[in-house]
Amino acid sequence: MAGFRRSGHGATARFASAQAAIIRDLVGQVVELVGADNLDEGADEAADLRGAALAEDGPIEADDLAAMIGLTENADLPDDPVLARLLPDAYQDDPEASGDFRRYTEQGLRSGKVAAARTVLATLPPQGGRIRLSEPEAQAWLRALNDVRLALGVRLEVTDDFEEQVASMGPGDPRSPYIGVYQWLAFLQETLVHALS
Amino acid sequence: MSVAPAEVERPDTKQETAPDLPWVTIVWNDPVNLMSYVTYVFQTVFGYAKPKAEKLMLDVHHKGRAVVSSGAREAMERDAETLHGYGLWATISHDS
Repeated sequence: MAGFRRSGHGATARFASAQAAIIRDLVGQVVELVGADNLDEGADEAADLRGAALAEDGPIEADDLAAMIGLTENADLPDDPVLARLLPDAYQDDPEASGDFRRYTEQGLRSGKVAAARTVLATLPPQGGRIRLSEPEAQAWLRALNDVRLALGVRLEVTDDFEEQVASMGPGDPRSPYIGVYQWLAFLQETLVHALS
Repeated sequence: MSVAPAEVERPDTKQETAPDLPWVTIVWNDPVNLMSYVTYVFQTVFGYAKPKAEKLMLDVHHKGRAVVSSGAREAMERDAETLHGYGLWATISHDS
């Protein structure tokens, strides 16, 4: 896998079907997580999920990809650490100002993230193969890949000493299988930044 | 807050950080965001030249945070909103 390289004003890369499946799965989870409030027809369902998430504060099943990015919702700074990272407070010590900011910006922020994620799903066939992205599509990919990495980073509890963290993980660590995915996505994003720079 | 590690002049304004521009947008260090990506975002969002974008990125990386823009509160909220769209951890402060 050579990652992305420049193609015109955009970028191109080739993906194996297994790679496409991983990206589509993770990006799809971001859509599900971040877009929960954007689905008008699913508003009631989202409310149910919100209630369920508050009712059962269960542990995360780290061996399940689908559980890596959980679903929860909150009117203030989201309880879910992944959502809190993707939709952060804008004021550090001013909950009121943060709340105002969130009321005005959160829907737009969610919509933007969902749109970027959907661009990935629309341009990456499930079977993989070579893809060619226009500049706007490539920029959407950058943001969507970053959101996936932020989500994985929270779930994997990535710190600045990531290399040491990985080295000290035992083979039975439930996070181990996802380290490779996380690192590969970083490589992919890095090549895409350079393709667009 | 500490002294802004890098004051930035907006390409479309002659004003520098001054008492009449009391609000700042701060980007915080994050173990996930790639250094190349953060630099790219600063170039794309603010139109900064690469050396300036890289200096700001390194300030974030080494000092934990950097002031990336300053101006009216509404403008800083727009900047923070845009940076959140890119997944950067940005906050707004009154630079008193």
